Amino acid sequence: MTEKAETAAEGEAPAHSRNPAAAGEHRPEAGPARGGIRGALRAMEVDMRLIGMVGALALIWIVFDLFTGGTFITPRNLFNLTVQTASVAVMACGMVFVIVARHIDLSVGSVLGFIAMMMGAFQADFIPQYLGFDHPATFVLTILFGVFIGLIVGALQGFLIGYLTIPSFIVTLGGLLVWRGAAWWVTEGRTIAPLDANFRVFGGGIGGTLGATWSWVFGAVAIVAIVAFAINNRRMRMHFKFPLKPVWAEITNAVVLSGAVVAFVWVMNAYPVPERAARRIAEARGIPIPESGLDWAQGIAVPVVVVALVALAMTYIAQRTKFGRYVFAMGGNPQAAELSGIDTKRMTLYIFMLMGALAAVSAVIASARLQSAANDLGTLDELRVIAAAVIGGTSLAGGVGTIYGAILGALVMQSLQSGMALIGIQTALQSIVIGSVLVLAVWIDQVYRKRIGD
Amino acid sequence: MSPALVELRNISVSFGGVKAVDDVTVDLHPGEVVGLLGHNGAGKSTLIKVLSGAYHADRGEIFINGEKAAIANPRDARRYNIETIYQTLALADNLDASANLFLGRELTTSFGALDDVRMEAETREIMGRLNPNFRAFHAPVIALSGGQRQSVAIARAVYFNARILIMDEPTAALGVQETKMVADLILKLKAEGIGIFLISHDIEDVFDLADRVAVMKNGALVGTARVDDVSKDDVLGMIILGKCPPGAVRGPGATPEEQLASVAA
Ligand SMILES: Nc1ncnc2c1ncn2[C@@H]1O[C@H](COP(=O)(O)OP(=O)(O)O)[C@@H](O)[C@H]1O
Ligand SMILES: [Mg+2]
Repeated sequence: MTEKAETAAEGEAPAHSRNPAAAGEHRPEAGPARGGIRGALRAMEVDMRLIGMVGALALIWIVFDLFTGGTFITPRNLFNLTVQTASVAVMACGMVFVIVARHIDLSVGSVLGFIAMMMGAFQADFIPQYLGFDHPATFVLTILFGVFIGLIVGALQGFLIGYLTIPSFIVTLGGLLVWRGAAWWVTEGRTIAPLDANFRVFGGGIGGTLGATWSWVFGAVAIVAIVAFAINNRRMRMHFKFPLKPVWAEITNAVVLSGAVVAFVWVMNAYPVPERAARRIAEARGIPIPESGLDWAQGIAVPVVVVALVALAMTYIAQRTKFGRYVFAMGGNPQAAELSGIDTKRMTLYIFMLMGALAAVSAVIASARLQSAANDLGTLDELRVIAAAVIGGTSLAGGVGTIYGAILGALVMQSLQSGMALIGIQTALQSIVIGSVLVLAVWIDQVYRKRIGD
Repeated sequence: MSPALVELRNISVSFGGVKAVDDVTVDLHPGEVVGLLGHNGAGKSTLIKVLSGAYHADRGEIFINGEKAAIANPRDARRYNIETIYQTLALADNLDASANLFLGRELTTSFGALDDVRMEAETREIMGRLNPNFRAFHAPVIALSGGQRQSVAIARAVYFNARILIMDEPTAALGVQETKMVADLILKLKAEGIGIFLISHDIEDVFDLADRVAVMKNGALVGTARVDDVSKDDVLGMIILGKCPPGAVRGPGATPEEQLASVAA
């Protein structure tokens, strides 16, 4: 063993929360401690890639804000940005698992379209025969139905990939065509509208936001969770007498995260519901309208809440469950996973079922947002979703990826798209820019990995 | 004599037309180290992968403590307390030491979540015993040296109370000092009554550690011998020429004497 390898690998590790999702990176403990900002970031055990992505996002926002004369960084635009990102962000969470396990899913856009059509027909044509229109149970039944179809579609593809060992690229390339065709067949091309009133809430349009009070409640819950998680983690490590992070680092971490939550809620609440829409809602709910008019805040959009819940659940699965651990093990070394007794076939089946279920969730968001189900819904989403995951640091070689990275990746993609649209850049040029950014992002990521790799 | 801990009886494995293992019979007793020797491609890894559940034998039977054992996959092997340290290190490079140590057998909290903290504590405990210099508990194992990776693999076997340990060229990728560490470990485990198959294509690696050697050539068993009954040169002759010396038990793969004579002439 060389001297270098010895010191590099055996330096005592500072404590930090376990994160197999980021395990492909070299950890800060691999090097000697340093002072200054780098040293501080090391002590806080911040993921440097996260810093890089947040920085890139900030840069994109600022540049667009300058080019649009200050209309990009406004509550209204940022609110729209979150709503537009939601559908892709949800699927990107599933795509992280798929890619980490060394597979790919090219069918998600078509699956979204197919499920949206099935749910559309279910809620608009089927259920009303029994329950009438806008029955309170309709949206629940519809969503369950959609998720069920997603699981079936995923199981079918996962079976072909896992048990019949047909490459995922081929199965899902076939799926891309099959499910798009199937989406058309549901109604022979007819667009389904209107959708159930409660179902439309998931689109984040009128009536689809939390409002000021509930947004603050949401923020408060998030902050309590951040603090509780940090304290619990620290207590566990103390119990086992593991090395600990300095207290100031823990506090800084918690304050920064909580600050981000507060800022987010504040911005979302700064975007008012248009007076006319507010009136309509108030009338529908029988709320008296004061003289001064209605000054309602939008608050956090419902689809964004869905993204938050999905991201939380998926992060939990990735880091705290055997299933997540096995996904990463499969990606790191499929042979080792198999020899360790992991049933990689069944794992593959489950991973694609999960992806199918998340495509169903995205189908709810996407069709609710358009307030209709059309058979071209989700076209090209597979590319956006894969790009989001990859820009977010998921390695196509497998074994490496994070949920938060994928969501940031989705936000970067959508920011570029919306920003260019705001400036009035031609669609053709938009595609060129986004395609180039994807390639550039992956290249930068590779260089970064190599540099810290040796 | 009590029944053997393991007996592989008349095992054959072929890949397509190639007979990688051809009618091999070997046994292993508790607290015994059996060195499995042979050139690269002799079929050693294939033979033991039948025992560890990674491959299926086309023919032959496995007996554990005298009883016929059905080993269809690695999980079955683990149920018989068979642990394997593979030649190509079977670690997930992107995971850290404790995730690898517990891979497939994770400790969980009462409500089913991974208990990473407890797994790390157990890992620290066992690594403290096996390799006190080991401190990279949070680095993905790809960042570790060959010896550190090997000690993770060995810790995995020891932690889960292996009774039968298969080590496929465990020191092939290691330096001198690390090789000595692994050798010490083997003696420690042997003293605890574990039966060990130690595989190597290098006679120097095994001769001092093994009680017996079994030599394979072109998939077949040349013979087995107690190391006290044969010299290193005898074993070299078995490996290279398939020549079975007087002190050894002859196997079906031994080159017939008349053929050896014609080679010598
Ligand atoms: N999975 C496999 N598929 C096809 N041939 C294999 C496979 N594994 C091993 N072999 C062949 O079987 C023979 C024995 O290989 P192996 O058991 O690895 O030898 P050893 O471990 O003694 O070096 C070799 O000819 C090798 O090419
Ligand atoms: Mg071998």
